[in-house]
Amino acid sequence: MLTKRIIPCLDIKDGRTVKGIQFENIRDAGDPVELAKWYAEQGADELVFLDITATNEDRKTFAHLVRDIARHIDIPFTVGGGIGSVADVEVLLQNGADKVSINSSAIKNPQLVEELARHFGSQCVTVAIDTKYKEDTGWKVYTRAGTVETELSTVDWAKQVVDLGAGEILLTSMNNDGTKAGFALDITGEVARAVSVPVIASGGAGSMAHFAEAFLQANADAALAASLFHFRELGVPELKQYLKEQGIAVRV
Amino acid sequence: MNLVIVDYKAGNVQSVQFALERLGVQATLSSDAETIKAADKVIFPGVGQAASAMAQLKARNLDKLLPTLEQPFFGVCLGMQLLCQHSEEGDTDLLNIIPLPVKHFETELKVPHMGWNQIENLRTPLFQSINEQEYVYYVHSYYVPVSEYTIAQTSYPEPFSAALQYKNFYAAQFHPEKSGAAGSQILKNFLAL
Repeated sequence: MLTKRIIPCLDIKDGRTVKGIQFENIRDAGDPVELAKWYAEQGADELVFLDITATNEDRKTFAHLVRDIARHIDIPFTVGGGIGSVADVEVLLQNGADKVSINSSAIKNPQLVEELARHFGSQCVTVAIDTKYKEDTGWKVYTRAGTVETELSTVDWAKQVVDLGAGEILLTSMNNDGTKAGFALDITGEVARAVSVPVIASGGAGSMAHFAEAFLQANADAALAASLFHFRELGVPELKQYLKEQGIAVRV
Repeated sequence: MNLVIVDYKAGNVQSVQFALERLGVQATLSSDAETIKAADKVIFPGVGQAASAMAQLKARNLDKLLPTLEQPFFGVCLGMQLLCQHSEEGDTDLLNIIPLPVKHFETELKVPHMGWNQIENLRTPLFQSINEQEYVYYVHSYYVPVSEYTIAQTSYPEPFSAALQYKNFYAAQFHPEKSGAAGSQILKNFLAL
């Protein structure tokens, strides 16, 4: 049976993981490769690396890092951050990334999704959507790292990018992100029902039960978290064991 | 051992090469007919779209060469599909080494079939030391039905060919290079054939 995926997300700046991550048994927790290997051993199903730097020089550092990660880990990984062209994606895939995630650049130029799908196949094109609920607007798509509201309705935008060739949606609720109060089950469920491709729930994970809800109630195909895993508030093995006991198909 | 990975600009060549490196094996990347012919073993990766991959093979005359090879050969993901007869993806004629069709998933489930799923009914030394129901990583929208050449199957929701064997041609729909320890073992098994 196809299993639900658990995906730790690592933010990368200047080739290093950010946040004061503390781990035993890791020589250098700021080293993304060491951390990625550790997560792979813990049973993470996939990893996401977000490059939160912006200059061209840093972009080169990131490409080198992608190659280093691909060399050392034996599970799939997605890279995102600042990707705006077919050429950008080519560099990352050639260095061994399995998928790329695009966000603001798809909003700016939706045809980019189609171009990427045509060049590299839908299977490696993940569209990340930052969404925020306000009473007067409903769930709207935000761009530029969540700083700018767009006119786009979240469900419509998700459908549009899938029609253009996106192979997966990474949906982050800005209302929930950082709250540890659980994933946004309503919009995640709506998007998961509306599109034919897998949906990754993101933002708000605070407990094992939150993951179970995302899978059972919102029908997410995967769930992503960052600080919860990095600060060792929750381990991937115990999470998967719990999900299995809840009758959810996971790889253990 | 002289191991060659077919490099035709449509593969996740790098990932396969890295996976072999982790096993301590150096592989040569090549699209050169003489180099490929002289190899002890050949690995044929592939991601992307069937028609454009076939065009890349034809541009290098590899569509004529690959069917004539006699050494152990391992097609991965799209590299497996390309060994078949015809794909519904872009209505594409394939290499026609294995007389099987490639079809699009018609299901209520999510497509692409993406993530970790189980393999069963394992046959041939390719799956030596691999347990039934082992998890491997998939990402694909087209599949090869179960046939007499199927040596492993997966269900989504209907059973399809997870792996094939026809003479010296072995192939896997999943990605052994991204399937953790089990995937490494399968690659090791291929190298030992």
